[in-house]
Amino acid sequence: MATATTGREAPTLQRRLRSLPVLFTALALLVFVFYQFILGGLVQPIQDFFDSWLPLSSLNQCLIWATLAVGLNIVVGYAGLLDLGYVAFWAIGGYVAAWLMSSFFSQWSVNIFGSAPPGLEAGIHINFWLVLPIGAAVCALAGVIIGAPTLRLKSDYLALVTLGFGEIIPEIFRNGEDVNGFNLTNGVKGIDPIDPIPMGPFHLFPGVPANLGPFDNTYKFLVYALLTAVAIFISLRIRVGRLGRAWLAIREDELAASMMGVPLMKTKLAAYAVGAAIGGLGGVAYATLTSGVIPDSFQFANSIILLAMVVLGGMGNVWGVLLGALVLEWVNSTGLQQFGASFNSGFGTDINFPSYNFLIFGVLLIVMMLFRREGLLPEARTRQVLQEPERGELEAVGADLEGTPV
Amino acid sequence: MTLTQSPIETAEARPPLRAGQLVTRVLGGGLLLVVALWVVVQAVQHPNQFANAMVTGINNGALYALIALGYTLVYGIIELINFSHGDLFMLSTVLAAFVIVTTFGATTTNWAAAGVLGIALVVVMAGAAGLNVAAERLAYRRLRRAPKLAPLITAVGLSFVYQFVGVYTNGSAQKSWDTILGDQGFTVGGVTIHWSTVVIIAVTVPLLLLMTWMVTATRQGKAMRATAQDQDAARLMGIDVDRTIAFTFGLGGALAGAAGVLYMESSGITRWDVGFRLGLFAFTAAVLGGIGNLNGAVLGGVLIGIIESMNGSLGLGQKWGQTVIFTVLIVLMVFKPEGILGRPTQEKV
Repeated sequence: MATATTGREAPTLQRRLRSLPVLFTALALLVFVFYQFILGGLVQPIQDFFDSWLPLSSLNQCLIWATLAVGLNIVVGYAGLLDLGYVAFWAIGGYVAAWLMSSFFSQWSVNIFGSAPPGLEAGIHINFWLVLPIGAAVCALAGVIIGAPTLRLKSDYLALVTLGFGEIIPEIFRNGEDVNGFNLTNGVKGIDPIDPIPMGPFHLFPGVPANLGPFDNTYKFLVYALLTAVAIFISLRIRVGRLGRAWLAIREDELAASMMGVPLMKTKLAAYAVGAAIGGLGGVAYATLTSGVIPDSFQFANSIILLAMVVLGGMGNVWGVLLGALVLEWVNSTGLQQFGASFNSGFGTDINFPSYNFLIFGVLLIVMMLFRREGLLPEARTRQVLQEPERGELEAVGADLEGTPV
Repeated sequence: MTLTQSPIETAEARPPLRAGQLVTRVLGGGLLLVVALWVVVQAVQHPNQFANAMVTGINNGALYALIALGYTLVYGIIELINFSHGDLFMLSTVLAAFVIVTTFGATTTNWAAAGVLGIALVVVMAGAAGLNVAAERLAYRRLRRAPKLAPLITAVGLSFVYQFVGVYTNGSAQKSWDTILGDQGFTVGGVTIHWSTVVIIAVTVPLLLLMTWMVTATRQGKAMRATAQDQDAARLMGIDVDRTIAFTFGLGGALAGAAGVLYMESSGITRWDVGFRLGLFAFTAAVLGGIGNLNGAVLGGVLIGIIESMNGSLGLGQKWGQTVIFTVLIVLMVFKPEGILGRPTQEKV
């Protein structure tokens, strides 16, 4: 690999900036300023429009899904490992937050810069900003444990095994209310409430609350946007480095990559661990958004919707994935419902639009695979690989292309 | 592997075991021994429950075998895990309920109902086969030369579409139906055997024999095996590869259709998400037996059925069902990814 780097020029400032989520951060700040300071002063119809079509609660959800999708993109888009059980890491992150930021384990009393609401001081309360790295680390560890025995498998087996894990982990949380008499997960009821997000020194600014309550959506938006930016930053930086190039090499031809000296297991495990860690961040954030976790919210469908986001946006391209996640989650949480409501009132029909989301996601996956495999915002490299000419065309001119699936 | 066996591979010399492989083998053997011991202990301690669990296991196992064959047939011929197969099975249960109960109103035991069951089998098998062939024609065929991820993601998408159809036709809650045979059965030495179990065996065994005959003794079967080995060579020998692959999809779909009718008649329940769970169990069964291997799929199906019912009545309990089955899948992948009857494959360059 050493020879591969010698030919590259030293990164210019412009190039360095390109691998930072500058534009995203600026946009997020703009949105924050708009909702916090400007929207309240506008005329009522505009306020109503934003309240129904672009509510902040929906944007916050979009950001969390985007964080998770960016994490999944590392596994699926960069390393080419189809993971159908990504929801497992989401769940683990969520439960880590629930364990460390609630009164659930009231038999113990731990408080590390915690933000327990008054009256709920018992239990473990660790500061949100500390729980984030803990959740990420736990998920990375889980990713390595899950990956170590299974990453040797061929791609399609791997997909099924990850799916199995995605089913096992929520089942453990669902049935974990009595582990030898110890209530680990509170069963189907889940764990709530979870401590609010503390703003630390920032609450000294005028108007910033010390802890973000359920209605401080603008500040939550800022926090979740920060997390998404971190996920994007990690993706972009690793992508241009040695590890990222090794991932792409594995994605395109595993055998050739290993011949060139890429350690397959180590590199794949790294993809799993990094992807899982970002999943953990998303999980912790999700737990604070809903202020509680229940096992039934971590369903297989979520893994597939995340996959649809990655595929729709463009596997491997972080900006594409970000776009795909924001659009799909907005459609899922607000768009479809609002569109249905306007359509129904406009045409006097009574169609339940949100119930069509399975159809929409399914058809979307199929159509994208058939007609635009590289996604809406494809990475230049992915386009080359995925749009290789059909074999038949080349064979017609006499090319010999062996290496067929046997 | 019945479908993908190539004579060259069998002639290759086996490399000596490495230390890691030895450890894996000892661990795997030890694990197997522990499980076997547990089964023997249970059989001695609770003989009655054990026998009942065996009967239930064979009942479910026959259904898993029928579904697993659909996975293994398709995987054997184009190396695609047809993810939507479980949901095809789910649609078959819904269609079976529509034909048997809604159309003919057959809910009591009599000869007319037996005829209706026969009609339902034919209709649902044809419907499921047609749907599977259509999916192949419209989606998978265009992706045959695409990177492997593409058809797999398409199958996942198709599975979502099927589930939507399931919700749309069957509702988002489960529906209970009166079945032809109901709960009737007979008792042999304290073990209850439902008539529906007998019907399942009576339908499954001839179907399996018929299919084995088709694959091993007919021209079409020969074409299937040839296509599985080498598509290009098969094409050069004058085999219509597209038609052969479509036929394989049809065969798998028909078996899923039969499983759907039998499941609906034995459990009396249709629900939209049953295909996901049972499909995964059946896939595990196919892998357990050795994917691509027809006998393996049947063996795996029965084994998974028995493991599931043993776990339900004697093991950890039904709520851990998925965990147990998927643990079997993962342990299997670690110790013996080629399955019980499969042959280890080398990666081709």
